Amino acid sequence: MPSETSTTKSYVEKPKTLDEMRRGIASGQVKAAEIAAEYYERIARLNPSLNVYLSLTKERALEQASKVDAAAARGDSLGPLAGIPVGIKDVLIMCGAPSTAGSKILKGYHPPYDATVVARLESAGAVLLGKLNCDEFAMGSSNENSAYGPVRNPVDIDRVPGGSSGGSAAAVAANMAVATLGSDTGGSIRQPASFCGVVGVMPTYGRVSRYGLIAFASSLDRIGPFAANVRDAATLLGVIAGHDVNDATCSSAPVPDYIAESDKAVEALRIGVPAEYFGEGLDPEVRERIETGIDSLREAGCTVKPISLPHTRYAIPTYYLVATAEASANLARFDGVRYGYRSPSSATLSDMYRHSRDEGFGAEVKRRILLGTYALSAGYYDAYYLKAQKVRRLLADEFLRAFADVDAIVTPTAPTPAFKLGEKTGDPLAMYLADIYTVTASLAGICGVTVPCGETKAGLPVGMQILGAHLDEAIAFRVARAVEAAQS
Amino acid sequence: MTAKVTLQDVERVAELANLELTRDETEGMLHDLDAILNYVDQLGELDTGSVAPLAQISELAGVGGRSSLRDDIVRPSLDRSVVMPEAPETDQVFFKVPKVIER
Repeated sequence: MPSETSTTKSYVEKPKTLDEMRRGIASGQVKAAEIAAEYYERIARLNPSLNVYLSLTKERALEQASKVDAAAARGDSLGPLAGIPVGIKDVLIMCGAPSTAGSKILKGYHPPYDATVVARLESAGAVLLGKLNCDEFAMGSSNENSAYGPVRNPVDIDRVPGGSSGGSAAAVAANMAVATLGSDTGGSIRQPASFCGVVGVMPTYGRVSRYGLIAFASSLDRIGPFAANVRDAATLLGVIAGHDVNDATCSSAPVPDYIAESDKAVEALRIGVPAEYFGEGLDPEVRERIETGIDSLREAGCTVKPISLPHTRYAIPTYYLVATAEASANLARFDGVRYGYRSPSSATLSDMYRHSRDEGFGAEVKRRILLGTYALSAGYYDAYYLKAQKVRRLLADEFLRAFADVDAIVTPTAPTPAFKLGEKTGDPLAMYLADIYTVTASLAGICGVTVPCGETKAGLPVGMQILGAHLDEAIAFRVARAVEAAQS
Repeated sequence: MTAKVTLQDVERVAELANLELTRDETEGMLHDLDAILNYVDQLGELDTGSVAPLAQISELAGVGGRSSLRDDIVRPSLDRSVVMPEAPETDQVFFKVPKVIER
């Protein structure tokens, strides 16, 4: 691999495409084991500066790589991800490997089984390199809430990579993996992908099994891929999507051939542009890049229609009530009894719970547990949690109506490019607003793809978000391909 | 902006959530919760009297596919020998915790 130059973009490197890499392995030109070793070398070199990986699963990766090499040598047909180095966000569990969710409370935890997505990636031939840094329990928009220190943005290491899947986005941007998995509850795949200049996919709620995902907010959590290009992201989604008996919320709807779908032309597609996503707070340079991206869709033969989603401004308050309420319930399981951290000196059971949770959780996690507990507590349930669920219905209905007239909706992914480390840490509410364009789709359960759409004068990536109706990832991929094609 | 939350509220909620906060933490949380709850108050502008709450996306048409209920068949679960070593304190059969019952 080429060595880094001394420019501000010294850490950015585009990985080979899946096809290129697979062809090399299948033809015997290059060994999967050699590729894995090269990636581990690059990780060893860059990780001290970027803090992308929390732990490596070298033994398992090299074993898988030699299996792929043996299969290639025999001339067996290879899986769609044969020999491809992939990184896994640390909220997803791999049997026997540390899985911290970015929290001190899970330090030293070695889960006894694999997440469904982990098993599916490996069945397709992927070589899983290790576990990626993230905000604690996926709660954050900058990766600064990780108990193991923030990830640095490979484009500019003084800036955040976004969050919560900051490690997953940065790993692809810096070629420390060819592709990665992350999770998205309110924007945690799309916003960091946008900040780091890579492709990120939030599939429809229920499209991908969440068995083995450490839960944050169960009515919102999704698992999805990051990749350097749309086609590779579509390949990964095809591998991990589909029914799973171990997750009752997982949809049994058939999985289309996302690669073939993403290859289709966008001519005559109807693209909606919601005015509410281009108002106050949108960085002028981001607006300009997105408008140029929309022009390119028009040139590709799409019909661009202005639309209105008037309830959009209520999405952030709705999200922070629903998500924190569910988090307060989900995080009740961390009690120092069955796994994870236990405070060493407590005389009573009740003290042990309190001390373990107080010492194990970071400030943002505590803040959200408290807010969620408050919203669910007697006397406040109707005013906060129930009210938020009702507004959630209005937001979902608004999207359903919009998709009767358009095939996809395009918006900026985030209101600004990547901000500086420390810029928003003192003001939780300002940090929450970093998700202003992503949370509405999360609440509505629809799918979204973010694709690089130019950069600012300072060289910071801008992402365009393409939203598709429930289970219509195929359309989002098609539109994303067209935007991507216009960039080169 | 009027104060919505009192110090006692934060202490009560912390107790419900099994969190023990220091005095400093409690005051910080009081400030943050107050700001966030004042912000979410804007939901009150919407008349939701006739709107049914949306709790699960899979109830929306077509998302869930056919019934995702599986047959109730006994099948092996994780073995105790792989689960117990993850616990902070066990005798390999039971989880051990500080004494609960006084006698």
